[in-house]
Amino acid sequence: MSVPKGDVFLAGVGGQGTLLASEVLCDAFLLSGFDVKKSEVHGMAQRGGSVTTHLRFGPKVFSPLIEPGKADLLIAFEKIEALRFAHYLRPGGAMVVNAQEIFPPSVATGQERYPQDVAERLRAVTDRLHMVDALAAALSMREVRAVNIVLVGAASHFLPLPEAVYEEALKARLPEGIVDVNVRAFRAGRALLQPA
Amino acid sequence: MSVLVKKEEIRLLSGNEAISRGAFEAGVKVASAYPGTPSTEILENFVRYEGVYAEWAPNEKVAVEVAIGASMGGVRALATMKHVGVNVAADPIFTASYTGVRGGLVIVTADDPELHSSQNEQDNRHYAVAAKIPMLEPSDSSEAKEFTRLAFELSEKYDTPVFLRTTTRISHAKGVVRLDEPSVPAFAPGFTPDPAKWVMLPVNAKRRHVVVEERTKALREFAETWEGNRIEWGDRSLGIVTSGVSWQYVKEAFPDASVLKIGLAWPLPERLFLEFAAGVSRVVVVEELDPHLETHVKALGILAQGKELIPIVGELDPRIVRQAITGESIPARAPETVPSRPPNLCPGCPHRGLFFALKKLKVTVTGDIGCYTLATLPPLGAMDSCICMGASIGNAHGMEKALGPDGAGKVVAVIGDSTFLHSGVTGLMNVVYNRGVSTVILLDNDITAMTGAQQNPSTGKTLHGEPTRRTDLPALCRALGVEHVYTVNPHDMKRTEALLRREVARREPSVIITKAPCALLPEHRRQKRPVYEVIADLCTGCKACSRLGCPAIEWVPFTPDEAVAAGKKATQRGIARISPLLCDGCNQCPPLCKFQAILEKKP
Ligand code: SF4
Ligand code: SF4
Repeated sequence: MSVPKGDVFLAGVGGQGTLLASEVLCDAFLLSGFDVKKSEVHGMAQRGGSVTTHLRFGPKVFSPLIEPGKADLLIAFEKIEALRFAHYLRPGGAMVVNAQEIFPPSVATGQERYPQDVAERLRAVTDRLHMVDALAAALSMREVRAVNIVLVGAASHFLPLPEAVYEEALKARLPEGIVDVNVRAFRAGRALLQPA
Repeated sequence: MSVLVKKEEIRLLSGNEAISRGAFEAGVKVASAYPGTPSTEILENFVRYEGVYAEWAPNEKVAVEVAIGASMGGVRALATMKHVGVNVAADPIFTASYTGVRGGLVIVTADDPELHSSQNEQDNRHYAVAAKIPMLEPSDSSEAKEFTRLAFELSEKYDTPVFLRTTTRISHAKGVVRLDEPSVPAFAPGFTPDPAKWVMLPVNAKRRHVVVEERTKALREFAETWEGNRIEWGDRSLGIVTSGVSWQYVKEAFPDASVLKIGLAWPLPERLFLEFAAGVSRVVVVEELDPHLETHVKALGILAQGKELIPIVGELDPRIVRQAITGESIPARAPETVPSRPPNLCPGCPHRGLFFALKKLKVTVTGDIGCYTLATLPPLGAMDSCICMGASIGNAHGMEKALGPDGAGKVVAVIGDSTFLHSGVTGLMNVVYNRGVSTVILLDNDITAMTGAQQNPSTGKTLHGEPTRRTDLPALCRALGVEHVYTVNPHDMKRTEALLRREVARREPSVIITKAPCALLPEHRRQKRPVYEVIADLCTGCKACSRLGCPAIEWVPFTPDEAVAAGKKATQRGIARISPLLCDGCNQCPPLCKFQAILEKKP
């Protein structure tokens, strides 16, 4: 059997924990014997700006960047960010989008409205669109910061790894005190969607 | 973190983590740096290894001088910085090229094509040529570690400092790395006096220059045969010369082409270039930013294409490389038009209060490098210039001298604590000495915030986390001769504004220290503070609070019908709302509301 390969694009807002989510995903791929590369930008963008992670896995990966139109899976932590990077998705690719709205400055200050048609526009990009309310799931666990791992859980349906390996990755990556809540967040996220 | 590993252990490391691992394996004993994206994590990781010494220096020049001193003392030494940091450190670097080393000396320059977090996009390979210092350029994390080890060996073997150059996509991309055991130093520490080598009097330096030229010749020979510079023969109709991260993009876009991969960006292997060019029918040089390889390839008389195809501005990626070389564009969906999301000061950021007050004064604000540079963006729009670390004070003084008496009270400089200690101190000294009248605002948030919370000389902690004496900022300003030094809490915008008005009008130099911790500091986040809310019934939609630009304050727009349904006049365009998830409880916005609509949220 040939080892599968794939490109996963993560998009969100600085401060939402995309870095940790992509770290856990990378660890899970590495534990499963894949070559992995990921690229993201630190520094200024982390102050509430748009942030992205390019994650690529396969038997051998060269470029750390995904080309537009090539991503197999887009995991978006915020609706506008899903739309902003929708062109990275390949035709027929899957999208897992957190239904949360975080107002960008122009919306927060009332110069323009938060776009009302995000879901329709995303559906025009792919019929494999999966909207999930990761914030509600995290809040119901009384842990807002777990939104990122909830999303990893939901997105895990679209990745070729067994469930147990994510939990192994969480245990290896996180300080002991927060492993438990994050394992629960992962499971809650996974329960939000049906197997693909 | 456990650091002594079993042989052949595999890890997923960023380029920066790989460099720190490589430095540890190479037996580096002393490392010094000033934080700067994308280089910061190198020392943050290195300090966790056992038996090493690492420090944040006040600036890159000091960091390099420390590393040179450690090298003289006979240990391997590392200095790391972002690309513009090399400008600051250039003075010692150019002469260290002449003295050479005792313990291996490596300087990491982390360039930032695409300016993800920088004020320019300079290509530091020019420094290798200008300073006559060899420069290694890894293409991924695994090479980042291997090249770091090699850099120390080359440094000692050829008696030269060595540059290791990364770019953002090397420093911050993660890849698989095989860990090795640390090596044992070849000699014991100790300084051997040798004035002809270490004392760069003209008479000695003149002789060392000859040594430098001989060394470059020897390194050029090394470049011809070292396997890091290698030809990967493939389809002979296209030959690509490339290096660094661009090599990855080339392998992705043209898996079958012949490739000459350059791992040593300086000096360059001339015979290898000629051999490669003779073996392929078309030569294209693929490199980010300036035509460094291209210039040297063309100087050999090789007919090559380069910057006429490959963009000189910004980063490359496989798609750009493919399109540039084949001319084909693979159809892809156009990006959607959506509201932009630039970075912003955090909710509860103390800087916001200061800039809000400053904007009311309608003064010209010369700015500096840090989170507060974001105050340039609307709605605050309260910064008029930003050039480089420490420039604000000199800029303000120069502008005041240019404007003469008309300019008095119209210009202020704004600079962060860490930036001030990096290179603002001399600017302030100049104001006092040359009878300036500038008002300098020193934003003291107790940390180097923009790069992700690093300690600095005024925070009372070292990179190893040990307590240390702090530089006393007010005392330092007074020692420079500033008589009027005042401290204010910028969250208290009323007092801040009053103080600003008084000091800006003063015809003498003054320093206002705005003191409140960065909202991201763990100590700050652990404190319990109230969250504020907008009482919808009281909000008239005047937008006074929106002008603060706090990300927690959201605007809910109304249509006339919605306004009426909400019990408002049909003309009211909307109301403000505070996101309880984002509000940091800084209490800056409540006083701005004339209708007392912003109150502490009841638990
Ligand atoms: S990190 Fe600190 S200094 Fe920077 S914007 Fe946020 S609160 Fe302000
Ligand atoms: S109190 Fe007001 S200005 Fe401060 S964080 Fe909360 S909403 Fe923002």
